Amino acid sequence: MITVKNLEKTFGDHQVLCGIDETIEQGEKVVIIGPSGSGKSTFLRCLNLLERPTGGEVWFEGKNITDKKADVNALRQKMGMVFQQFNLFPHLTVLENITLAPVTLKLQTKSEAQANARRLLERIGLWEKAQAYPGQLSGGQKQRIAIVRALAMNPDVMLFDEPTSALDPEMVGEVLELMKDLANDGMTMVVVTHEMGFAREVATRVLFIDEGKILEQGPPESFFESPQHPRLKDFLSKVL
Amino acid sequence: MSWLQELGTNLLIWLQQVGDSLYRTFVEKDRYMAFLKGIGTTLEISFFAVLLGTAIGVFVAVVKNMAKKHRFLRPLEWLLDAYVLVIRGTPVYVQLLILNTVVFASVQNKILVAVITFGINSGAYVAEIIRAGINSVDKGQFEAGNSLGLRDGTVMRLIILPQAVRNILPALGNEFITLVKETSIAGTMAVNDLTKAAERVGGATYDLYTPLLSIAVIYFVLVFGMTRLLNLFERRLAKSDNR
Repeated sequence: MITVKNLEKTFGDHQVLCGIDETIEQGEKVVIIGPSGSGKSTFLRCLNLLERPTGGEVWFEGKNITDKKADVNALRQKMGMVFQQFNLFPHLTVLENITLAPVTLKLQTKSEAQANARRLLERIGLWEKAQAYPGQLSGGQKQRIAIVRALAMNPDVMLFDEPTSALDPEMVGEVLELMKDLANDGMTMVVVTHEMGFAREVATRVLFIDEGKILEQGPPESFFESPQHPRLKDFLSKVL
Repeated sequence: MSWLQELGTNLLIWLQQVGDSLYRTFVEKDRYMAFLKGIGTTLEISFFAVLLGTAIGVFVAVVKNMAKKHRFLRPLEWLLDAYVLVIRGTPVYVQLLILNTVVFASVQNKILVAVITFGINSGAYVAEIIRAGINSVDKGQFEAGNSLGLRDGTVMRLIILPQAVRNILPALGNEFITLVKETSIAGTMAVNDLTKAAERVGGATYDLYTPLLSIAVIYFVLVFGMTRLLNLFERRLAKSDNR
């Protein structure tokens, strides 16, 4: 579904990604871990071109999206993204947040989009907040709404950029629960996170990125029980 | 007691003179109409100049913001930078003279010339106000809009600008107030604004002192009223702030 070939990204003199090759298949739940500044967020952001790679290619559903002529907005409609800081639109109600993109892009009529939003909000138990503004919600509620907002576009893959890092500890659980539900529904997911428990439980594959390279990867059992690379061993000994 | 009586008499004489001056300036031959029309013209020029200035300002600010990502806008950005630089670097009076006597010499509607001049002038300042307002919106908002597949222009219109407005309005109000005062030079090209009305009335009554002091008070009241209105408006905005 997503194929990355020799991906490179440089900010000024600083090379953040040093040639990453990776393929993510439909239905996979790939969790990316690594120390801060390792390039894992940049890697994720290159997948939907929020960061323009400075080298290499990204292919999505059979198209080279790093090609200059590729329709970036069309591909982004099929790739949902969830941010660390939620990035809900504070001037719009929860319902408007969810329906804005599908209605503006004429993918759904207003009533279709609202019905869809209602179904999604009821699923996460927040339908009664439909007319509330983001400022009136807790962090956990905001992030779950942000996930729903991305889902409303019916994406083929969901990208999560440290979705629980900005949350108070007691709210991490509700967001992870929703992500697990999504995983169980068969959604293809790429998740950058520090939640090792989530990686163990949900991931079909875990990647360890450090200094702009994938140093090790594998299914969570072997990845966590018998890490090979010394850097990964060191990292796991610090976080587990 | 005689000095007190003298003072009283002088005061009475002075008051009568003031009354006479005011009568001649405002009441005689219905001269107050000139002032009322002057206020109308001043407000008309200010209002439409602010509209034009805001339109130009939004355009300049949005293009400059988009040019960061879209290379083909670079030449236009360069042009707009030059516009802002030139307008902010030269006196508005000189701009008015140039536009009136060189560029729009054949245009008879001098109010229109004034609106265009002050609009173009104000646009340069408003552009900076709006640019700052756009920059004050978290860049994650832009990314969130983009990540949903919305085009940059749509993100700007539906997500960024509505949020920037809160930060823009107070400064824009100040710009409006500045503009009301600046339009007082429009009279130099035969526009009958408030200042020009005072000069004409003064010419007719051989007393410039009274009409000039009067319009100073009128300008002050106008600006003071606008300041209060703006404060009220800002407080309203703060109240509806539910973030």
